[in-house]
Amino acid sequence: MKRLLRTREIWLGAAVAAIIIATELRAPGFGSLRNLMEVFNNTSILMILALGQMAVILTRSIDLSMASNLALSGMLVALTNAAYPGIPVPVLMLMATGFGLVLGAFNGALVWRLGIPAIVVTLGTLTIFRGLIFVIAGGQWVNADQMTTDFVQYTRIPVLGLPLLSWYAIAIAVGFFVMMTRTSIGRAIYAIGVNPTASVYAGIDVGRTKFLAFCISGALSGFCGYLWVSRYVIGSVEVANGYELTVVAACVIGGISIAGGVGSVAGALLGALFLGVINSALPVINISPFWQMAISGAAIIFAVVLNGRTNKSRGRLILKSAETVK
Amino acid sequence: MSTVNATDMDDARPAAAAGKGPILSLRGITKTFPGVRALNAVSLDLYPGQVTALIGENGAGKSTLVKTLTGIYLPDEGEIVIKGKPVALTSAHDAFERGITAIHQETVLFDELSVAENIFLGHSPRKRWGMIDWKAMHERSKSLLAEMGIGHVAPDTPLKELGIASKHLVAVARAMSIEAEIVIMDEPTASLSHKEIEDLFVLIDMLRQDGKAILFISHKFDEIYRIADRYTVFRDGEMVGEGLLKDASQKQIVRMMVGRAVDQIFPKRETEIGAPVLKVDGLSHPTEFADIGFELRQGEILGFYGLVGAGRSEVMQALFGITRPSAGTITLDGKPVEAKSPADAIDAGIVYVPEERGKQGVVVDLPIFQNVSLPSLRKTSSNGFLQLAEEFRLAREYTERLDLRAASLSQTAGTLSGGNQQKVVIAKWLATRPRVIILDEPTKGIDIGSKAAVHEFMGDLVAGGLSVIMVSSELPEIMGMSDRIIVLREGRIAGVYENDGSLDAETLVSVAADIGEEAAA
Repeated sequence: MKRLLRTREIWLGAAVAAIIIATELRAPGFGSLRNLMEVFNNTSILMILALGQMAVILTRSIDLSMASNLALSGMLVALTNAAYPGIPVPVLMLMATGFGLVLGAFNGALVWRLGIPAIVVTLGTLTIFRGLIFVIAGGQWVNADQMTTDFVQYTRIPVLGLPLLSWYAIAIAVGFFVMMTRTSIGRAIYAIGVNPTASVYAGIDVGRTKFLAFCISGALSGFCGYLWVSRYVIGSVEVANGYELTVVAACVIGGISIAGGVGSVAGALLGALFLGVINSALPVINISPFWQMAISGAAIIFAVVLNGRTNKSRGRLILKSAETVK
Repeated sequence: MSTVNATDMDDARPAAAAGKGPILSLRGITKTFPGVRALNAVSLDLYPGQVTALIGENGAGKSTLVKTLTGIYLPDEGEIVIKGKPVALTSAHDAFERGITAIHQETVLFDELSVAENIFLGHSPRKRWGMIDWKAMHERSKSLLAEMGIGHVAPDTPLKELGIASKHLVAVARAMSIEAEIVIMDEPTASLSHKEIEDLFVLIDMLRQDGKAILFISHKFDEIYRIADRYTVFRDGEMVGEGLLKDASQKQIVRMMVGRAVDQIFPKRETEIGAPVLKVDGLSHPTEFADIGFELRQGEILGFYGLVGAGRSEVMQALFGITRPSAGTITLDGKPVEAKSPADAIDAGIVYVPEERGKQGVVVDLPIFQNVSLPSLRKTSSNGFLQLAEEFRLAREYTERLDLRAASLSQTAGTLSGGNQQKVVIAKWLATRPRVIILDEPTKGIDIGSKAAVHEFMGDLVAGGLSVIMVSSELPEIMGMSDRIIVLREGRIAGVYENDGSLDAETLVSVAADIGEEAAA
């Protein structure tokens, strides 16, 4: 399986590279290091969110509330920053992360303790969180002039040529890699995704593991709330509206199986980068935004077909190779 | 039909069988998969009005053959002849059209549909404009079910409300409704109780009387000799013998299967039975069992026998912390155990090897070493960080002890054969260094060679000072392996027996089923 996964990730990496090269031929300069760093920076938030979503999807769940969580946490720190400009930004970052974690824990608790399917829980909280933004902001926006310089700069300060935003994504990716491959929570997440029953018998608390996965996705959503508001210098009800589906798409394209248990950090990152590169490349070669959506959509279906095929050849289905024999 | 009894069956058997040629013949069927030749030029004949037993160890090619017959696999070479005409079965529908139907180990039916819908799915009676004729469908289901002696099952019952045995009967009804001439039964008795198997046999006999050709696949020799007329033995993808069962002894067939003689299926070993290790007192559950009390001594194999649904697995799950008992105490080595979760039980030294290896035991997508270390992670990791070297060491130690055959411990468990997967499951439990190991149906569905290995291994376990609780529905296994036997019936202990040679199987069966002396005789 590892080899198959590797191949898939290599294929995805090759696809990303091919798009970059093809665009470079049409629009010289797209493939320059400078521009690629820009694309990476633009995709950072998506990559972080895709990692959080991956943790949840691996446990056979889904978190549809990530974008709403992001928007609510972002609004919270934007309002705080506007009202109390003296609070240092790192504290605000922690606040966003912590608040997001609480929202994620709420999702997780409902899934764990009440046994409600994750898709239902997070579909509900998606709306609730979005609605709460109205409540706390009174329907107002937080604009650039209300934010402190630090608040805006903490995603922009360049370190070794890359903006801090990119570094956050890199740090979280490294941390995630360690967590998924080297800690018992990572192992538990994979195990319950592949075989929940066997995991129960092995002494793993399936409900608690799911709960933790939701806490992780919630905390990352909250952190991204700050990143988003700082990067786009706006806090509003509309922030990241519908973005949860882009996040799920990145995971699916990255080869994370919706059925749980299969997927890797590299896959999630490449899935996000794939979407990021397409979204930057198409305008450069003058393709209308409508086509961009269609192409992203086609990529998702293609990825699912590819995943379906690899699953089949691994003999998961009862009538495994009924189709492939003929 | 419900009045058919065993004597009628036995008398009627040879009558329909005599003097007819095969209805279906396989000639020189070969099927290869990348790296494996699953079937090598095999032949097989099925005769109308006869039950042919297909016998072979796991991996002998039985499942591939069934899939070839049901149109799921297309053979690479060879021909399939039905009623003298060579045919190509290119799809499941094709096989169905030719009158071939299969009843699988895990019934392939639809839980959410009604009994009648299951029986007539794909060939339901129609009215004008292709509308389903529900009335005709229910009437025909009703008469079919009545004919089979299960008239008490209403055709509009949702299938999910039936037990596994009744589901099998519905599958048989389906076979009868399509007027299949060839019925394949792939381990139909695997999850049935003694009584349910008897009912199924009555039905098989009905099908035989009806002139159907039946292919019966089972691991259990007593069943094969009870119900089958002919046998065909497969070994390593080849047909190694066939003939009439009345001309072949069990020993001869076993020799064909394994290619060597297996003299002793249950290795007798002498162990010193020591002081009590586990004491269970008054263990009760609101719905599943009540007032369970027993002692397990060091080096002892304690057998739990009973019918399916007697509460055996439920008691074990309570010992293991999966379900919470409502009352009672569990004491291990004199210390009270309060298992609120499997993790607690594992830490206390009680482990449970569940019945369904695939569903409950192996994590197929994880590498072997991660499977082995899974329940020991709390010991092999520090502060939540895994120690991969330690995991590998643990996995190597225990898989070597069990003689696991794998190219690498990093390969996924799903790539192993059934027998080797079983070893991975056992290795992972041994790696937790338990005091008490609970084996739930340890040899269910595995071949006779692997069975012997598991039994021998149980002997090693108790010789090493462990205590074993074995839940089994197989009488020879219970009687061959246990030092003492507890019989459960309807969630209560119905009897405790020293297995000292004076105990006979009939006693156990009649106590388990609560039938009086006259019925058991």
